[in-house]
Amino acid sequence: MNNENTSAMNASIKPDYTVGEHPDLPPPSNTVGTIAWVRENLLSSPANIIMTILSIYFLYKVLPPSLNWMFFDAAYVGEDRNACRAVANGACWAFISERFQLFTYGFYPIEHRWRVDLSFVLLVVAVIPILFDKTPYRKYGLIFAMVFPFIAGWLLTGGLGLAPVPTEKFGGFMLTLVVGITGIAFSLPLGILLALGRQSNLPIIKVFCVSFIEFIRGVPLITLLFVASTMLSYFLPPGTNFDLLLRVLIMVTLFSAGYMAEVIRGGLQAIPKGQFEASDAMGLKYWPSMRLIVLPQALKISIPGIVNTFIGLYKDTTLVIIIGLLDPLGIGRASLSDTKWTGLSNEVYLFVALFFFISCFGMSRYSLYLENKLQTEHRK
Amino acid sequence: MSNSTKIGTEQMNTDQDNIVIRINEMHKWYGQFHVLKNINLNVKRGEKIVICGPSGSGKSTMIRCINRLEEHQQGQIVVDGTELSNDLKNIEVVRKEVGMVFQHFNLFPHLTVLENCTLAPIWVRKTPRLEAEEMAMQYLERVKIPDQANKFPGQLSGGQQQRVAIARSLCMKPRIMLFDEPTSALDPEMIKEVLDVMIELASEGITMLCVTHEMGFAKTVADRVIFMDGGEIIEENSPQHFFDNPQHDRTRLFLSQILNH
Amino acid sequence: MSETALSQPQRNIVSRLWNDKETRSVIIQIIAFAAIFALFFYMIRNAVINLEAIGKDIDFAFLTQPASYDIGQTLIEYTSRSSHFTAMIVGIINTLLIAVFGIFLSTILGFTLGVLRLSKNWLTNKLAYVYIEYTRNVPVLLHILLIHGLIVHALPLPKNALNVGDAAFLTNRGFFLPSPQFEFLFWLVLGLFIIGIIFSLWFRSYAKKIQDSTGKYYPVFWISLGAIVGIPLIAYFILGSPIQWQIPELKGFNYKGGMVVRPEFIALWIALSCYTAAFIGEIVRAGITAVSWGQTEASSAFGINRSRTLSLVVIPQALRIIIPPLTSQYLNITKNSSLAIAIGYMDIVATIGGISLNQTGREMECMTIVLLLYLSFSLLISAFMNWYNKRIKLTER
Repeated sequence: MNNENTSAMNASIKPDYTVGEHPDLPPPSNTVGTIAWVRENLLSSPANIIMTILSIYFLYKVLPPSLNWMFFDAAYVGEDRNACRAVANGACWAFISERFQLFTYGFYPIEHRWRVDLSFVLLVVAVIPILFDKTPYRKYGLIFAMVFPFIAGWLLTGGLGLAPVPTEKFGGFMLTLVVGITGIAFSLPLGILLALGRQSNLPIIKVFCVSFIEFIRGVPLITLLFVASTMLSYFLPPGTNFDLLLRVLIMVTLFSAGYMAEVIRGGLQAIPKGQFEASDAMGLKYWPSMRLIVLPQALKISIPGIVNTFIGLYKDTTLVIIIGLLDPLGIGRASLSDTKWTGLSNEVYLFVALFFFISCFGMSRYSLYLENKLQTEHRK
Repeated sequence: MSNSTKIGTEQMNTDQDNIVIRINEMHKWYGQFHVLKNINLNVKRGEKIVICGPSGSGKSTMIRCINRLEEHQQGQIVVDGTELSNDLKNIEVVRKEVGMVFQHFNLFPHLTVLENCTLAPIWVRKTPRLEAEEMAMQYLERVKIPDQANKFPGQLSGGQQQRVAIARSLCMKPRIMLFDEPTSALDPEMIKEVLDVMIELASEGITMLCVTHEMGFAKTVADRVIFMDGGEIIEENSPQHFFDNPQHDRTRLFLSQILNH
Repeated sequence: MSETALSQPQRNIVSRLWNDKETRSVIIQIIAFAAIFALFFYMIRNAVINLEAIGKDIDFAFLTQPASYDIGQTLIEYTSRSSHFTAMIVGIINTLLIAVFGIFLSTILGFTLGVLRLSKNWLTNKLAYVYIEYTRNVPVLLHILLIHGLIVHALPLPKNALNVGDAAFLTNRGFFLPSPQFEFLFWLVLGLFIIGIIFSLWFRSYAKKIQDSTGKYYPVFWISLGAIVGIPLIAYFILGSPIQWQIPELKGFNYKGGMVVRPEFIALWIALSCYTAAFIGEIVRAGITAVSWGQTEASSAFGINRSRTLSLVVIPQALRIIIPPLTSQYLNITKNSSLAIAIGYMDIVATIGGISLNQTGREMECMTIVLLLYLSFSLLISAFMNWYNKRIKLTER
């Protein structure tokens, strides 16, 4: 195209603005707004339209009956199952509300339940400074968080001035929290040690850590729990009567430590060699260099994996019912054998599922939030 | 090992009082590969040495042997009277005295600039925190970035990061500084700001060993230029002689390659 | 001249040994080894004393004694008079059966979910998201119990069985399906099928050779499909459908004949597959999104069409990312199948680690067998995974 041509074209168009000062115009109306959104996201092509229709049909088939069963046709109060059925065809939530205390505390003695409540309040106090780095007095909060498991252990089992409560009385959500939080609190440090051991250049330590990790990851948790409940006592000094809950706690901790170690090893491997060299060159010894330079970075990288391991552990606490401990699922199944409430398994399962969903979904959301925060923090 | 250290000490006391690094018939292998062959080098206190050579010639490996980031298998390295061997106490002593600046900065990304600088004084030299921070600010001022002290390394440009790395090493008050290609990873416009800091540092009498291809820097600062190739020291000379009148064919070839572009 | 150098010889021998790198590493390792060894020794000593005190020994002879319990679902011959060893084999087969079926179904569901999660359609995308989040955040044991409960409660007694075309009957005692009786001619069809597979493998490399040398392209997929499915199918009908179906019939309170699939198996199968599918869906989605948009753009810029861009550029790269976590999900299915004990499906844990253990009181022996069995499954799967990773790395160069 030659110059003459261009200028001729320009002349014929006659811009209604000064060149170089074109105003910002709104986009064409058919590309913004609700209608455009619907067209773009639901109806953009024949295949897309079919997908939308199928999805709506699916929702139509599934949603109204489920909602009816769960809420609109449900009975919230009633003496027993028949009372529920008399009022409504749907779920019988009266069962859950009647057994709510049992679901929460298990068979923990009623006069001592304040100890469980207090531990729970302290748990919240301990967790807040870990979760949010803007908590005031965070340093003291973190120190408290470290001693919390021991305080809670004392409060719940008693001794030293408190009336002792045998662990067989533990049950319900309280048991889930005890197993879950002990596992989380102790598997992280143990996992870190195992991961460092696996990366160590001392062959014996490395071999030991590798075989431990691979063994743990190679067998299902349920077999380890069986080991805890059936054969572990053989390996202890004759005459020791080792608390079943404690044995379970040890097994759950070891189990998730094995997975934790692999997650953290991934983080360790992702750290550039230069970081190790720089801390060596500065004269830092092994442990300070791990604590100050390597682990903070490795743990940060592995946060998603660590939280996933926590979630896995938390969900796995349900397995304790198989060796006879009564977590909410166990309480629910035990209650179903009561002739007053027989046949309400769906209500029990959904209620327990809701509890787990809230806890686990919360954890995974928090991990996402943390990931995003760390990603923006130390970068431009 | 302590036996040979004694000999080293005696020699130093008798003849050359002011030699801080003494490398004697040092060899190193990576598996079968002979990376360093019979290295002999004495560095006087306050001397500035520039080491150059084609890539893979072993120059980085050699200066990394001086603070034992790499282990040598044969020969002797004595730094400031301490012989480097498997003795961890000796390695600790040497690393306190020797600062190092890396090609890729190796700043700690999870710590602020200030924390990067105070980490080693606090944990290795056991300096009180306030004192360490004050000193760190002084050095950050000397490398002309005191205003970045509370940022994270990822927020700085390459040149600024490398200056932080220099300040970080200086905070340990080292007697010897090792530079491992400090400008190779930088964009051209940032090389000068780093070189300026290094030139200023040189004028203050610290002992410097610098692996670099910045020949201008070598001409202004170096007392001696060392040329390495294939794991050997091929030639060492004053910068003037080295550039104007190279003795060895390989040196001439190398110089012609890096100066004519 | 320097203080440090002069002070060196005065350091005592302990400090010198401890500070020597090699000696220190040897010392630490000897201590570690001694500690581990002492712990093991202590535990084994305790075990010996404890076993002696109650007059037990370690003896695997019980495996040959009759198990005297029934197993609902077996693929091999088993009666209550069979030995504990046979019961164990039944358990192993049942574990492998649920693992294989679970892997198959969860892969299909998982890939579907992954693709739905990438769908441009907002509604389907969100539906898949809700499903994945719900499933992942609820314990698998709960899924198993819930689905088992639904199947047992929702399905009718055998007398009111759900009748599917007069051939299959769904009841809460199990799914009764017609069982095939193969006639001689059927093996001919099977032979054709195998020939079809071999032919397709050969044809694929042949077509590639032709394409490499001449540029001519054969529709390999369709030709292979025809050879593997089409020809045997035609042969099957020409030969007069050489399979007889034995149809289950209601006799008394239950169905007889045909093939029965227990509700426990169905519940476990569906629950494990749906649970694992949620994880696989996320893996697939992450794998495909990880292949950078630039790769797709580059490929479209060459004018390569959409489906070929997917099959030649995106999928090979995504698979490389997907396969390792996918294998670990397969391993999880195998391990999670041990939860079968909660609903009474007789797998390894429920047979040898459950009823056999309780009947014989041989905790040590039974648990050792169970642990070793699971360890060998895991080692086999990881060995396969390592082999696969190595292969993939080689083709990369």
